[in-house]
Amino acid sequence: MRRETLIWTTLMVLGGLALLGRAATVGNGRVYIRAVTVAEVEGVQVVQYQGVPPSQRSEADVSLSWPRTIGIWISALCTLGIMSFVLGDNPLYKLMESIFVGVSAAYLMVAAFWDEIVQNLFRSLIPGLMRDSFLPGLEAGLQTDYSYLAPLLMSGMMLWRLAPKGAWIARWPLAFFIGATAGFRLVSYLEADFTQQINNTIMPLIVYAADESFDIWGSIRNVLIVSGVLLGLVYFFFSVPHRGVVGGLARGGVWLLMITFGASFGYTVMGRIALLADRLQFLFDDWLWLIDPTMQRIGM
Amino acid sequence: MKRTVPIVIAAATGFVLIVSSFIPLTEEWGSAAMQWFNILAAIAFVLGGSNLLRMNLQKISDRRLGWGYAAVTLVAFLVTLFVGLFKVGVQPTESFPTYAWAAPYNQEGSFLWWLFEYMYKPLQATMFSLLAFFIASAAFRAFRAKNPEAIALLATAFIVLMGRTYVGGLMREFLPERLEWLSFDAMTNYIMSVFNLAGMRAITIGIALGVASTSLKVLLGVDRSYLGAGDD
Repeated sequence: MRRETLIWTTLMVLGGLALLGRAATVGNGRVYIRAVTVAEVEGVQVVQYQGVPPSQRSEADVSLSWPRTIGIWISALCTLGIMSFVLGDNPLYKLMESIFVGVSAAYLMVAAFWDEIVQNLFRSLIPGLMRDSFLPGLEAGLQTDYSYLAPLLMSGMMLWRLAPKGAWIARWPLAFFIGATAGFRLVSYLEADFTQQINNTIMPLIVYAADESFDIWGSIRNVLIVSGVLLGLVYFFFSVPHRGVVGGLARGGVWLLMITFGASFGYTVMGRIALLADRLQFLFDDWLWLIDPTMQRIGM
Repeated sequence: MKRTVPIVIAAATGFVLIVSSFIPLTEEWGSAAMQWFNILAAIAFVLGGSNLLRMNLQKISDRRLGWGYAAVTLVAFLVTLFVGLFKVGVQPTESFPTYAWAAPYNQEGSFLWWLFEYMYKPLQATMFSLLAFFIASAAFRAFRAKNPEAIALLATAFIVLMGRTYVGGLMREFLPERLEWLSFDAMTNYIMSVFNLAGMRAITIGIALGVASTSLKVLLGVDRSYLGAGDD
């Protein structure tokens, strides 16, 4: 065994033992729940399990939830597995990546099935059956909407793509898809992004405060915004060569865009850092019980 | 037939949606088209899942490098699909206690909820959080203060980064009141509400025009790239 591998393995084993020792003595990573009967209708009890802070674990109706406790430990393993990529590509990271791909693809499929295919397609085509099974809240007397045979047919055509021959059949639903996207985006982008942004940019360049005095900072702000938008647009206008006055204005646009990209970069990095802080809080608070920012274990 | 009909379908669908935004009588056509669109989008997930299944099965049967990971993907995929479609662990709800299948598929306590809460969410959040390191390392390698514009970008990024931290706010306490605008958080607010706003507005207007022209090209049949190159 290589020396580096030996050191890492020893460290991992010692760390694992320390974790198990801490779990056995302190009880970290455990989740407690309270079973609450919310209703009892026709002999059927509807029970909800609510998570409670560990400080309430000695209360009579509170019990340890093994599924959620195992979940916390698996969640921690997943987090550490993905974080291990910082040290380089490794089998644990690849394992977690594979699990992520599988779970996320299936989760999206399940969500699409229940939210769209059942709620939308089946509800319109077979309302009676849906009312007796998945959607009991459907109003009685709802008739079949035969227009939904069209998306059903197109769905079949789209799935034809999986067949070894006749893949061109899938182009028809794809064309519908593309056409709908284009039509919807054309209007929504022109409405929300084009006209709305222009509308928001039409602002007074000379600003007066509430007491009718001249607001110099408000005025400078508005002048900078209006001129900034114009400079940015001049830079994006390629129908005229960027020479002379246009070139000078375009150069101003470049400066503005550089500041925008810098701000966006800083903002994005800080967003990711916030996510990282959230994961670290999970590890140190929910899993290891080393910190307690939400006072969940006070008095334990 | 193979190429003309799709162009007609795309144009008809697109123009129906555009017209429905202007003529109230056709509003229902637009909403129906959007409902159909959502159904097809859901079916596209089925298509994607089937492709994932096929590719990974192929990899396993060919014993290609990393086939073990493909097996893990497959198991994770099938288990999640099974527990989600069959609503494993879902309890009847208060509203419909006698309808076992009526409860939401992602109800708290169900198996799918467990997979989402304890696997999907931490994996996704950690993966995105790792990007902080990679963005920073890529920036360190790519950004060079070789001209004034690049210096402006770097300086802005530094100010915004500092302004969004605890240190950014702390600076205010050491500055006299009339110089508070020099603190990182005040400068960040000004950059975000003036320069970033103006720049993003110009970019957004440009994007909107680009989307509109691309959409028109698709609807008028000028852009046919979505049909692919081959005859079949």
